[in-house]
Amino acid sequence: MSAPRRSGRAGTAADRLQRLLALVPYVVSREVVGLAETAAAFGISETELVDDLNMLWCVELRSPDPYCPIDLSYEGGEIVISEAESMDRPLRLGADEASALLVGLRLLAELPGPQDRSALRRTIAKLEAAAGEAAAASAHVSVHMDGRAPANVQAQVADAMRQGRRLHLSYYVPGRDEATERDVDPMRLLLVEGRAYLEAWCRRAEAVRLFRLDRVLALTVLDLPAEVPEQAVGVDVDSGQLFRPSPDDVRVELELADAGRWVAEYYPCEQVTEAADGRIRVLLRTPDTRWVRRLALRLGEDGRVLSPPGLARAVEEDATAALALYA
Amino acid sequence: MSKQKTERLLSLVVCLLSSRRYLTASQIRDAVPGYPAAFDAFKRMFERDKDELRELGIPLETGMNNPDEEIGYRISRQAYELPEIVLEPDEAAVLGLAARVWRRAELAGAAAGGLLKLRAAGVEAEESTQPGIEPRLQTPEPAFGPLWEAVRDARSVRFGYVAAGRAAAQVRNLEPWGVVNRHGRWYVAGFDRDRGEERVFRLSRIEGEVTFTGPPGSVTVPEGTDVHKTVQAWDTAPPQVRTAELRIRAGAGFGLRRRASAEAPLDGADGWDLVSTPFSDTGWYADYIASFGADVVVIEPVDLREAVIRRLKGALISEPADGRRRAGEAT
Repeated sequence: MSAPRRSGRAGTAADRLQRLLALVPYVVSREVVGLAETAAAFGISETELVDDLNMLWCVELRSPDPYCPIDLSYEGGEIVISEAESMDRPLRLGADEASALLVGLRLLAELPGPQDRSALRRTIAKLEAAAGEAAAASAHVSVHMDGRAPANVQAQVADAMRQGRRLHLSYYVPGRDEATERDVDPMRLLLVEGRAYLEAWCRRAEAVRLFRLDRVLALTVLDLPAEVPEQAVGVDVDSGQLFRPSPDDVRVELELADAGRWVAEYYPCEQVTEAADGRIRVLLRTPDTRWVRRLALRLGEDGRVLSPPGLARAVEEDATAALALYA
Repeated sequence: MSKQKTERLLSLVVCLLSSRRYLTASQIRDAVPGYPAAFDAFKRMFERDKDELRELGIPLETGMNNPDEEIGYRISRQAYELPEIVLEPDEAAVLGLAARVWRRAELAGAAAGGLLKLRAAGVEAEESTQPGIEPRLQTPEPAFGPLWEAVRDARSVRFGYVAAGRAAAQVRNLEPWGVVNRHGRWYVAGFDRDRGEERVFRLSRIEGEVTFTGPPGSVTVPEGTDVHKTVQAWDTAPPQVRTAELRIRAGAGFGLRRRASAEAPLDGADGWDLVSTPFSDTGWYADYIASFGADVVVIEPVDLREAVIRRLKGALISEPADGRRRAGEAT
């Protein structure tokens, strides 16, 4: 029953059959279409496409009388299908296909940018209608974003991006418990791991930075054009790791009791090993250890810093100073 | 070899699509090139081909033209064909963007396959970057694939689950009602057969294989079920809201001030503000307040104050655990 997941994976006879069944209506619905363009649409080479077209042209049914149901030509690099028999429409969407697209559309509906809302609504309605029963399964998948940014923040970010303008941000950095002020040049809006981020060239750090929209305290769209330098490289959202540790980062080792295990799920850890008494040890890298001090205070007896030793001492000093206020 | 099989399957589909009448197995063998002449060999190959077509979602129907006839096969065009769909350019653009959402995730192939069928229907959509937007759903949990299939096909499952605060996995039997992504994490909600009630499981805590324990269609999702609400209720703090009175150092505690209901300089204590904030989950809030260290002091309520002190004392006992552990291991 896991069939529709096959699509997209090339190689088997079934995969090629799926492609052939889509190829005929692709050409028919466009009346005439170029070889190169079609090959690109199907993600195959022109040679493979010509093989496909030849195979379609060669289909022969023998009974009661032999006949060839498909007639086509691709002379001069232009494909025309003059006879497609009963294959001129694509196969219906499968439950996986319909659900993947519908869930994707519903996720987009959570993004800022009011101008797209109506397009999303219309597309979802049309897709649901076309998918019919296959759309039903998508009701069993739901996706919701974390800490939604205030609507005006979303709208202003979208505005600045559309107009290519610089932004002034007042941004909360929880790891340092600071509200920071900075000018940024927007690059992209990322929706990853359930959160919306503004990817921008930060003029204060002179580097690409990600800003969680729900941590933007205030922002102003400046009357200046955004100037993203050429050397600015966006993050790779498909790497599975949004914040990549750098070799200069500090190695921090923590030991966690059961009640502190969430840390290993919440933060990207380089290594997680089981220790004695059901405890685990995690290794993470970070350019700034201030947030680890705060984390250690919050964990209390459910976690402790093993290394670096200076950081463990700092945590102890923080706890002592805080407790003195309760004395 | 594979080419011959593709040719045969293609001819079979065209043959069955073109015929309004049910065709018997022998009629199919006569019409479609590529089948062996021996009936038994043909029959075996034909059975496999039928399975293959059904796996692709091709609606192969069986029936008889007349009651006294042999059973036959056909593909109804109406059941096969994607209905008419026409998208405006702005609609095609958002569709292309939606197809990117699953990139590198479990349903990536399905999204691409779906988009290809829509393009084959004449929709001019490309899996494209709308400049400036990169939406993604990730499925790093190996349990996602089988659980999605179970939800899609309405079948029960069994899996090992490490509940929060436990070290060992327990076997759970679930009738899954839906999968939910919340805060970037996947959950499955459904009826827990062992507990006899509705339960929520985090996919990252599922250990080992997920196995199907019932046939497709054997799970009934109760009328009016909203799996997202179920997960939300499971995941969020109890709604009883109290007020905390906090002493916060001037210029610090931004995270707490963001949720403040009242905020004023504290009389007779220079450099400190008095801040009132609502809270509901005492444990969570005490953890959070402790993270501000010497910048925040809880005045009341007393249980919150004590919980924070406990956290801070816990953080103090940070002598390297090695001594204790070595002693423990020796016994």
